[in-house]
Amino acid sequence: MVHQRRWYLLSFAIAALVLLPLTVLALSWQTIDHDIWAHLWDTQMPRLLGNTLILVVGVGIGVALLGVSLAWLTSLCEFPGRRWLDWALMLPFAIPAYVLAFVFVGLLDFAGPVQSLLREWFGTGLRLPRVRSTGGVIVVLVLVFYPYVYLLARSAFLAQGKGLMEAARILGQTPWQAFWRVAMPMARPAIGAGVALALMETLADFGAVSVFNFDTFTTAIYKTWYGFYSLSSATQLASLLLLAVMLVLYGERRARGATRPANERPRGQALYHLRGWKALAASGWCGLVFACAFLVPLVQLVVWCWQRGRFDLDERYVGLILHTLYLGAIAAAVTVAVALVLVFARRLVPTRPIRSAISLANLGYALPGSVLAVSIMLVFSFLDRELVVPLSQWLGGAGRPLLLGSLLALVLAYLIRFITVAYGPLEGALARIRPSLPEASRSLGVSGYGLFFRVYLPLLVPGALSAGLLVFVDVLKEMPATLLMRPFGWDTLAVRIFEMTSEGEWARAALPALTLVLVGLLPVVGLIRRSARRYGH
Amino acid sequence: MQIRRTLFSLLVLMGATTVQAADEVVVYSSRIDELIKPVFDAYTAKTGVKVKFITDKEAPLMQRIKAEGTNATADLLLTVDAGNLWQAENMGILQPFKSPVIDANIPSQYRSSTDSWTGLSLRARTIAYSTDRVKPEELSTYEALAGKEWEGRLCLRTAKKVYNQSLTATLIETHGSEKTEEILKGWVNNLSTDVFSDDIAVIQAINAGQCDVGIVNTYYYGRLHKQDPSLAVKLFWPNQGDRGVHVNLSGIGLTKHAPHPEAAKALVEWMTGPDAQAIFSGVNQEYPANPSVKPSEEVASWGTFKADTIAVEVAGKRQAEAIKLMDRAGWY
Repeated sequence: MVHQRRWYLLSFAIAALVLLPLTVLALSWQTIDHDIWAHLWDTQMPRLLGNTLILVVGVGIGVALLGVSLAWLTSLCEFPGRRWLDWALMLPFAIPAYVLAFVFVGLLDFAGPVQSLLREWFGTGLRLPRVRSTGGVIVVLVLVFYPYVYLLARSAFLAQGKGLMEAARILGQTPWQAFWRVAMPMARPAIGAGVALALMETLADFGAVSVFNFDTFTTAIYKTWYGFYSLSSATQLASLLLLAVMLVLYGERRARGATRPANERPRGQALYHLRGWKALAASGWCGLVFACAFLVPLVQLVVWCWQRGRFDLDERYVGLILHTLYLGAIAAAVTVAVALVLVFARRLVPTRPIRSAISLANLGYALPGSVLAVSIMLVFSFLDRELVVPLSQWLGGAGRPLLLGSLLALVLAYLIRFITVAYGPLEGALARIRPSLPEASRSLGVSGYGLFFRVYLPLLVPGALSAGLLVFVDVLKEMPATLLMRPFGWDTLAVRIFEMTSEGEWARAALPALTLVLVGLLPVVGLIRRSARRYGH
Repeated sequence: MQIRRTLFSLLVLMGATTVQAADEVVVYSSRIDELIKPVFDAYTAKTGVKVKFITDKEAPLMQRIKAEGTNATADLLLTVDAGNLWQAENMGILQPFKSPVIDANIPSQYRSSTDSWTGLSLRARTIAYSTDRVKPEELSTYEALAGKEWEGRLCLRTAKKVYNQSLTATLIETHGSEKTEEILKGWVNNLSTDVFSDDIAVIQAINAGQCDVGIVNTYYYGRLHKQDPSLAVKLFWPNQGDRGVHVNLSGIGLTKHAPHPEAAKALVEWMTGPDAQAIFSGVNQEYPANPSVKPSEEVASWGTFKADTIAVEVAGKRQAEAIKLMDRAGWY
């Protein structure tokens, strides 16, 4: 029972850490500014809720369609270009949503190069669809967030193995029927998890929608804070958003049910060899998505860099890149370690309190970044005031605050935000280790730390690497917490992008953005190589 | 004792980066690195005093100053728009600081009435027009852009930007809210396309022919015009027959619990002086707040104008009212 108590203590401590900023949200309800609420309700809410609903439905359908179709094609079919599209389709993961948004608008809007050229060719009377529109926002967010579904659906399809599909075919099902009746139901939990992640990102997004000036519920949160300067009303709105996200997550968990991920088997021959127009269509579809989500934006960034950004390139970029990498690496290591604790607590002591603590610890991702950042900032300044300063004075020090503005505080903020990103892959990895394995090890006299280091850890390394890489890329892209809590001089690439875009200098933001994408690509390529090895490509 | 010492070194280690030296000033800035670093570097080179800063949006920075309270890190808050400075003052995070040097350098309408902040540079929010499709004689006032003749020809930036909120606040101060709402509805009705997320996009849209007129801050035009002298857009100074062009500022305030108030004051005094004013306004094509300093060549080429002398603090006082009015008028 001593062991159990340890897991309780650890998981409660981690949950408490995430609970701290959420307390700030709860405390904001002490006073309600009726004036602001009445104004929002009368003039804004119907439009904002309508916009948000359309966005969520559009992005949800879009990422599911893109993610599943691409995953199906690249994992079970054979067509020209499949080998490289299989990994290339993960690359858009390295492009932050706000970057794709400003590239998309800069490239395609009325004053951009594409429309200018078209007007030159066809005259000024040309009527083109509006770029900064609901459709435009949905397209951009789908292109940015589909990799979540693609990654998860792909490994689900691969893990199913082709035996079941072959059986379905032998029983007279067409490929289409086999897909709907056999593959889809089995992959549904993975697809659901991917869509849920994409929707959480969509609900919390502020950067991309503000490039389009598309107002969502999150816009109301920022407007209330930045315009009315009412942080408490803003956090009240944010806590409503959090409630909505919790409902989505609950629904996703319920829909997932008790299915356990199956054991992965090496991929052999492709199930369907596409030929003729089918092969062409498959190559065309995958290639089109890759071009829109990655190739075209990358080329536009390079062009802008050449036109404007190269004048900004100086030795300071070494510092920017190093800070970015350093923060990403520390945060990834810490977050994976903490998520590992949670995953093991869930496995070894799957009681209700522990499960609740873990659900709580996973909530940080669901809040708009700035709201979470300011909540964490408020917590740290409170701890500085009430704890650090008195302690330091008692110890004979200068009595200065130490937490806020320190590296530690920033890393803790990343941890709180991204713990769920690491938790998912680790949970999957641990679930694949059957209980019989540690049981056998125990019977052979390996237990305690030995069991962890000699049995679990080697098996968990691939999952932990994926988790770490995902957190790393997310920290690279993170803006609000980095801005508000970075120590002096710790500017990162994301900070530079913020500074340039806040002045409307999109072309000059291309240099830090391109650097960020390239730096973020390294881990994505690492992720791909690892997953490619596992499936024996 | 051993435990105490270990604990202490642990604390120091944790916050190694936050330990402050005596001869330095700490600035929280909503103006970006590129626009402030040259000024601070020049100050360090001249006096040896280090200037440390972080950049972020104004609201989070103000919240951080408020949260830090008596354990303050920041000495100065540097931001744009009188609306924001007024909010900072209203939040109680600034303190008055009287300085004969600053009083002599900066005219009183560009300082806070309680002396808790001073303007550093000025910008006009004025009308930009297409030289191809608009004759300057057709233009007169901000209000006139609500007229029928501009239907489908106007471009605006989002109402979420404080610059537009401040402009609206001065309209309310001048005309009252009913008349202002009418004017804004006229503008919204005249829009040729959805509002843009930044001023640069507005100027580029006018240049590309998507619309004929827009309302922008002067330095955005200055930046684009310097890059591309063939830009088919020019600036027009409206309301010269009555109150004048809407002028706003960037400014700096001393935080309430500044750890280095004297050093901070010295920095602000220097920033209002001729050397710093030339750099500070020059890097961003703004008007120096110190009238003895000449603006850059680019800025001077736009000509002179009569500026609205309304107290800039109106922007802050009426900000919430302005936002609500813009929402009602459908300017998002």
